[in-house]
Amino acid sequence: MDVEILARIQFAFTIAFHYIYPPLSIGLGLVMVIMEGMYLKTGQKIYEQMTKFFVRIFALIFGIGVATGIVMEFEFGTNWAVYSKYVGDVFGSALAAEGIFAFALESGFLGVLLFGWNKVRPSVHFFSTVMVTLGSMFSAIWIVVANSWQQTPTGYHIVGKGLHARAEITDFWAMVFNPSSVSRISHVWLGSFLSGAFLVLSISAYYLLRNRYVDFSRKAFRIALIVGALSAVAQLFVGHQSADVVAKYQPAKLAALEGHYDGTKAGDMYLIGYVDQKKQQTHGLFIPGGLSFLTKGDFKAPITGLNNFKPEDRPGAINFVFQTYHLMIAIGMFLIALTFYSCYLWWKKKLFNKRWLLHIFSYSVLLPQLANQVGWYSAEVGRQPWVVYGLLRTSKALSQAITAGHVIFSLLLFTWVYLVLFILFIYLLNKKIKHGPFDEKNLDHSPRHIEMADSLA
Amino acid sequence: MATFLGIDYQTCWFLLVGAVFTGYIILDGFDLGAGAIHLFFNKEESRRVALNAIGPVWDGNEVWIVIGGGSLFAGFPEVYATLLSAFYVPFMLFLMGVIFRAISIEFRSKEPMLWWRKMWDISYCISSTLIAFLLGVILGNVTEGIDLGPDHVFRGSFLEFLNPYALLTGVTTVALLMMHGAIYLVMKTENRLYTKLTIIVKNTTIFFVIMILLTSFYTLLYLPNMAIVIRRYPELFIVPVMMVLAIANITRQITKRKYLYAFISSAVTISLLMILVAMELYPNMLISTQSAANNLTVYNACSSQKTLGIMLVVAAIGVPLVVGYTTFVFVTFKGKVKLDEMSY
Repeated sequence: MDVEILARIQFAFTIAFHYIYPPLSIGLGLVMVIMEGMYLKTGQKIYEQMTKFFVRIFALIFGIGVATGIVMEFEFGTNWAVYSKYVGDVFGSALAAEGIFAFALESGFLGVLLFGWNKVRPSVHFFSTVMVTLGSMFSAIWIVVANSWQQTPTGYHIVGKGLHARAEITDFWAMVFNPSSVSRISHVWLGSFLSGAFLVLSISAYYLLRNRYVDFSRKAFRIALIVGALSAVAQLFVGHQSADVVAKYQPAKLAALEGHYDGTKAGDMYLIGYVDQKKQQTHGLFIPGGLSFLTKGDFKAPITGLNNFKPEDRPGAINFVFQTYHLMIAIGMFLIALTFYSCYLWWKKKLFNKRWLLHIFSYSVLLPQLANQVGWYSAEVGRQPWVVYGLLRTSKALSQAITAGHVIFSLLLFTWVYLVLFILFIYLLNKKIKHGPFDEKNLDHSPRHIEMADSLA
Repeated sequence: MATFLGIDYQTCWFLLVGAVFTGYIILDGFDLGAGAIHLFFNKEESRRVALNAIGPVWDGNEVWIVIGGGSLFAGFPEVYATLLSAFYVPFMLFLMGVIFRAISIEFRSKEPMLWWRKMWDISYCISSTLIAFLLGVILGNVTEGIDLGPDHVFRGSFLEFLNPYALLTGVTTVALLMMHGAIYLVMKTENRLYTKLTIIVKNTTIFFVIMILLTSFYTLLYLPNMAIVIRRYPELFIVPVMMVLAIANITRQITKRKYLYAFISSAVTISLLMILVAMELYPNMLISTQSAANNLTVYNACSSQKTLGIMLVVAAIGVPLVVGYTTFVFVTFKGKVKLDEMSY
């Protein structure tokens, strides 16, 4: 295999693995802030136990997120040296800002969050929880700004030629607020909130199904359900906005997302389907003209198709982009339905009566995770063959000093290390959940408590 | 050319990047050193106390390498790209070290089994030592220069990084951080572990003094370039003099059992070592062993003036904040380690 493919596989693998963790920390952080806020407000011990329990889970997630994140920062230089020189002036500043404004904030206060319970006053501890969460959200800002600049570059000019060409900032704020950054940051945040909320929903549903920690789980479930429902519905609008930006600035990507080839025709919107890349046709269930309507407000408006681009300027794996994009949307819709139906049941005071619903919730943690992953796959594979859209091709961005042998060496190393890491992570997470938030001899799930909780539901 | 306090932006950033990496070595250095000597503690409780001594701060300390990497990327993209792609293998091993160190600390306390804890203890010790060693190896290679072609692309072989001088600086860094970590731990412990650590502090200090002497001789004998600046400006001889005094003060304070002062002296030693290297390198950042024309300097490898200016604003806002909450965390967790239910 050639170096380019290997380096791309390595980058895709390491970033996909990394991206399991940061959304969980951001989302779980937000839920923890609410829980600890409730504790400060009500003074009820159960909210303290809740916060402490999820902080322990947070620590596990955060630790792996940091370790796998540092890999990303250095991988730009090791494998993509030409890219690093090309974008350093622009991308590097966002990355450095991330380090100093965001990462330092979250890691600094993490110590207090984890170990400061008996060292500082409750309000100071709460402040630390807020800072860790804000830090992780700021982190997302700068990283997504950098990535968005690669999708829709603005505020730069190109200096030099050939291997010495590079992008230099002409307008810092135009770079930060490039056309796609605001909608993509919101999209990433909401995706993260969903990740965190559904982790809490899953754990709570798991306990409720087993009649453990009933009062605890119901309270946690309700908090997470509110976060989940609001994020799920907000995601619909933000996601649409994000797609609008793609339509405007990355027409080749938009065409790939819906498998749209013929630029003279209106764009259809598929609910499910597949792209036959050889015959250049897309089959499946679709709303005729739906894409035209959503992007141009007219069912008949023609949409730029893949055929408007030379084959070397189109993404290679169109069916892959199509499938990942549609899977993300399908999951998003399902999450809206699931959370709204649950809110309806809550209003009817029947939220915890349906076991089948709790069964769905207990596995639901996988859904936002999957949506986050496939969403990024479609965004990044859809950007190909460019690493910086319209400016720098992925094939030209590699380090010149490395050979296939090196990348195979590091890829193998990452594969087995991440595999071990993942197994250990799942094992320890599972153990923590099974062990539970506190000693079960606490009279939490006595019949009277269930009754009381029922009356509140 | 734009200047800040009379210094041009490129030089400012050379100093800033250097300061951030120095900060990293001082701060994460004691975590790494504590890890490197971890297996000298035999009892379970000693190992837990040692781990919890760095527990609340190591994550914050590690941030400095992230800021360092980011500011090198932003300020000197050519150096960042060339250095990392040239040192592909050591950097990959470094990243493995970072991963294993983090998960060892995190996972160790999650299971009570003896084999489990032993496994993570060993992994923690090896990964910490490996990180320290590779930092020294990379610094050694940067000091010597690497095989850079006319287009600043590394032409050398990938095992070149394991040359005698780099190995020597690698071991010296391990020794330095072992001493630094041991002094930190001795401040955080009591009773028998404290007594044991006082012995470890002595031994690691002797180890460091031997290694720094060897490295100094080797540098002066084989890398005459590394003394050009001092020869030209004899008044700069004050820097090595101060370094020797700082090292001497470490031993003096250890004998007096004033470990906080010993720790400060050891931090000063690290700073002076970095200043010494920076002084002799400047204005080069990566020296080409082929020809001086291929050197990457602060002027031919930097970002645009505009970016350097923006980044100075970022640093001016960010650095005081980071220093502020780092201080807050250190003050919160000052004093001897006490284990509780949330400890590792």
